[in-house]
Amino acid sequence: MAKYAALRSRGRKVRVVARSPMGAVYGGIAVSLRRREFLAGVKAELPILLGVSPFGLIYGVLALGAGLPAMLAFAMSSVVFAGSAQFVGTQLFGSGAPGIVILVTTFIVNLRHVLYSASVAPYLRHLTTRWKCVLAYLLTDEVYAVAITRFAAGASRSSSPSAHWYFLGAGLAQWSAWQASTAVGIALGAQIPPGWALDFAIALTFIALVVPALTDRPTVAAALSAGIVAVLAARWPYKLGLVVAAVVGIVTGLVVEGRPKAGTRA
Amino acid sequence: MNTTFGTLGLIVVAMGVVTYAIRLSLILLWGRVAVPPLVQRALRFVPPAVLSALIFPELLLPGGTFDLSLGNARLLAGMAATVVAWRSRNVFLAIGVGMLALWVLQAVLPH
Repeated sequence: MAKYAALRSRGRKVRVVARSPMGAVYGGIAVSLRRREFLAGVKAELPILLGVSPFGLIYGVLALGAGLPAMLAFAMSSVVFAGSAQFVGTQLFGSGAPGIVILVTTFIVNLRHVLYSASVAPYLRHLTTRWKCVLAYLLTDEVYAVAITRFAAGASRSSSPSAHWYFLGAGLAQWSAWQASTAVGIALGAQIPPGWALDFAIALTFIALVVPALTDRPTVAAALSAGIVAVLAARWPYKLGLVVAAVVGIVTGLVVEGRPKAGTRA
Repeated sequence: MNTTFGTLGLIVVAMGVVTYAIRLSLILLWGRVAVPPLVQRALRFVPPAVLSALIFPELLLPGGTFDLSLGNARLLAGMAATVVAWRSRNVFLAIGVGMLALWVLQAVLPH
């Protein structure tokens, strides 16, 4: 009895389950399982952060270079929390694109998250709306990759009721690293003279990201057609050429891909 | 374009809302809507299409005029970065080589 009195005084969570000895045991297991899942999620995300943090840094430097006020550049990392959209948005801010074009482009760039959302949804079905809202906010490319691996492993073994804590751990780890690296980038960016032409680093980042994605004829066709249309339509008002070029590229990719499967129909 | 702090802030918030709505969409609507197969197929073409649409003008229209010549430092530096990205698959090496190439070419090429 003295043992339970001590437990009771330690925290409110324990007090609820400590009414019966078995309750205390189950409660303790649930808490330690959550903590273990959370920490495992953080750990799984750590090596990825080595790759993500330099991007946060570059984003911070470039956002300042594009003329974004430091406060907004920093706020974007938590308000938007999507690397590629932040890079594209920064580039468009710098070239004076109107808001609606920035938003449509953000939509197109982040549309792939619909797939992630659909993919994790069955594993989050049992959670409260509040949990769903928090985890959706953390659903970046990298966190998705880590979380879905855990969910898929859990589905093949016994289902774990605490696997969403793994998702939370991975998400918060990336969130923290992204905010910190952005802040460092903004601090550095203020020191870099404009003569270094750092705006070009955005285009180089895009090149480095797009080249490994060109794995077959349809993706190459999508890239070339979008690029050519973007050059031809560069003088169109409101940067509309960018949106049209992206759509032309996507349709071209679909058509080229569809040809072998659909025979003469494509 | 002279954009005020408030307008920029609104755009950033709207970008956040768009991004969040996409991420939350099917987590909340699971079982009630399905992603059409055509959209699923189209999604893998989004990165090459959008990124190339941003890259090509940056390389071929430096300063706003079309320049497909060996005097175009940005085009040459971009091609160097493309080769490095293709051979090494290393993002940071590609960015580093591209920037270095740009600085060297800008110093060497006649303006």
